[in-house]
Amino acid sequence: MADMITLEVMRYRPEQETEPTFQGYEVPFHADWVVLDALNYIKDRLDGSLSYRWSCRMGVCGSCGMMVNGEPQLTCATFLSQYLPGPIRVEPLRYFPIMRDLVIDMTDFMGKLQSVKPWIIPGEEKPLSQGEYLQTPEELDVYKQFSMCINCMLCYAACPVYGLDPQFIGPAAIALAQRYNMDSRDHGTSQRLDMLSQHEGIWGCTFVGECSKVCPKEVDPAGAIQQYKLTATKEWFKAFLMPWGAK
Amino acid sequence: MNEIPAYTAYHPRWYRPRVSTYWWLWRWAYLKFILRELSSVFVAYFVVLILLQLRALSHGPEAYAAFQEWLQMPLVIALNGVSLLFVLFHTITWFNLAPRAMVMRVRGKRVPDLLISGSNYVAWLVVSVAVAWLILRG
Repeated sequence: MADMITLEVMRYRPEQETEPTFQGYEVPFHADWVVLDALNYIKDRLDGSLSYRWSCRMGVCGSCGMMVNGEPQLTCATFLSQYLPGPIRVEPLRYFPIMRDLVIDMTDFMGKLQSVKPWIIPGEEKPLSQGEYLQTPEELDVYKQFSMCINCMLCYAACPVYGLDPQFIGPAAIALAQRYNMDSRDHGTSQRLDMLSQHEGIWGCTFVGECSKVCPKEVDPAGAIQQYKLTATKEWFKAFLMPWGAK
Repeated sequence: MNEIPAYTAYHPRWYRPRVSTYWWLWRWAYLKFILRELSSVFVAYFVVLILLQLRALSHGPEAYAAFQEWLQMPLVIALNGVSLLFVLFHTITWFNLAPRAMVMRVRGKRVPDLLISGSNYVAWLVVSVAVAWLILRG
């Protein structure tokens, strides 16, 4: 008989209960199993009613983010062996409304992401015959770090500002806005400014810095926000001192 | 509380937990953040203290002597000691965070973090030595 480890999984069945409860499951312990493997074992062998999101199981899709022992983690990259001898407490991502069991509602994040226009806005459209919009490796290097975001929302679950003020645009959306602002092919900075420069944009951030610590892709959203604050302040001063230079 | 909600397919009953007022207590990183925010109060206190000192100086030797006597009260010494710790905490934490906000590139390469926070520390040292020299030379 293999060694066992206990998972305490948060259950919330809105048609049955008004508040979430915890349910314990005994799963076999394997050194090469991640928390997601244990959840899949539960779903397949112990309790088919458990609901959670997952897809790629290799840290690319960003669907399996959950709270593991109180920390936001990608469950596909979090080994059971880190938590020996257990138990391991698995909860849905913090600060998001819970739809069922470990599934959160991400509508808010999707809306915010779209509001910062995370795509390349070219200055003028070139006809196809003129070829690609070229970029040097140095120009790529400026924003590459921020482009690694997989929208897993762990940074939101780590951000107390988002928890206390759900209006806050949040780490990932701002980091992605910054990714396009810093792209040499993009000319949409002024279009994103209205969204980012409001109180719920960059100025809502108090630089707790936890978003960057939990990021599985080392995007450093906190850094992106502070860098953008610096840029916005410089722009404000420029406009204040030289109003004739304004567009 | 025990009432079982009626299930309606198109109006899911989402559960939204409230964030506790004491969210910052249970984790060192959050507590450190709150202490860093709190340290601003002590920075402001030191500014006010220096302004009061200057005011006493402008009111003549007696006023200044009285101010110095006030400074020597045990309670004030304790308060200033605590304030000094907070101001140091404030300075060090923010200097260490400076490279995250200031990204400088020299010939396309990012300047190492240590150089950016290091230059802040060097500037701090230079200013401190200059102030100490100004006060202590007499």
